[in-house]
Amino acid sequence: MENATMTGQELFDHKIENDLKIEPKDWMPDDYRKHLQRQMSQHAHSEIIGMQPEGNWILRAPSLRAKVILLAKVQDEAGHGQYLYSAAETLGKTRDEFIEELQSGKAKYSSIFNYPTLSWADMGAVGWLVDGAAIVNQVSLQRTSYGPYSRAMVKICKEESFHQRQGYEIMAHMARGTEEQKAMAQDALNRFWWPSIMMFGPHDGDSPRTGNAMMWKIKRETNDDLRQQFIDKTVGQAELIGLTIPDPDLKWNEERGSYDFGEMDWDHFWDVVKGNGPCNKQRIKHHIDAHENGSWVRKAANAYAEKNG
Amino acid sequence: MSEDNQGQVWEVFVQAKPGLAHKHVGNVQAMGREMALQNARDMYVRRKEGISIWVVKFENIVASSPEEIGAFFDPMDDKAYRQATYYKMPEGAKHI
Repeated sequence: MENATMTGQELFDHKIENDLKIEPKDWMPDDYRKHLQRQMSQHAHSEIIGMQPEGNWILRAPSLRAKVILLAKVQDEAGHGQYLYSAAETLGKTRDEFIEELQSGKAKYSSIFNYPTLSWADMGAVGWLVDGAAIVNQVSLQRTSYGPYSRAMVKICKEESFHQRQGYEIMAHMARGTEEQKAMAQDALNRFWWPSIMMFGPHDGDSPRTGNAMMWKIKRETNDDLRQQFIDKTVGQAELIGLTIPDPDLKWNEERGSYDFGEMDWDHFWDVVKGNGPCNKQRIKHHIDAHENGSWVRKAANAYAEKNG
Repeated sequence: MSEDNQGQVWEVFVQAKPGLAHKHVGNVQAMGREMALQNARDMYVRRKEGISIWVVKFENIVASSPEEIGAFFDPMDDKAYRQATYYKMPEGAKHI
């Protein structure tokens, strides 16, 4: 039971143990706060940078229907970034600080957005696989111990299933099109499969922060568990539309009730994290350019607000 | 020259249907009240979530703090007579 004589640490431990949420003004260990600041800002940056690979196709969408859908999706992602920055700000850093950390390279975002989107089929693969992997992660994070993060995840999950379904629709459509269209869909799957399953992060044994994150209930399931859930869901979807997952070791394991799969290329993964992916420099440059070009707008808007309230 | 920043934080309240209370849904960054309302619309009612929005500058909100939980909320514990269930009704009493 909570009572007035408990220290901050005792109250915190009590709440974590009993699955009660930690709220912004509650006492929390410094490392808990830092872990959340890092994870939540990384999550917010991913939503914002994630608009770029898709923004690339808005002007080249193959139909008006496809175009309005893509616009709505990219707008949702801007909204998700806002929810997450807002939630992260409750931990005591300002949005300007988070943006500065992104632009200076101090903060990371999901490496998946450092791959280029080369054909229209990539819009399908991104929605189906990248958003699909994000959903598995975010559904789990709805139960995270930090109240504002949990509430942001609930809102995001409500909107995210449209994203995945529109992506799968594109893939299904192309897979039953001409030979050439089907080949484009397969090529997109080939390029996005491995980066997508690496979105869950390193194996549990190689993920130094997982221990604390699980203990504090920031994360509720481990990287490997979430990855397995995603693979088990997705294999059947690929088969249904006649596409092949590019993993020769992928095989149903009757005993585990799950798919076995091949090893991921972790040297490549870390290389992309360190900034050497195909689009790292381009993504950050674009963010900085847009930010700098918007400077006069922010100043003008502030001047207008000062006059008019 | 005015500042180059992300504006101020405005808390957002949305009324889902006529007759319901406005409920807190989150916040937006904006420069000034018009932009706050516009941003709130763009962010929180893209899918028929509501019919009315209030935005309030965060700095204008006064909140209780967790350290006050004891003194602030405890008096409720010894005033059980404020609850309907405190009262004993005669056996057989209906509609009360």
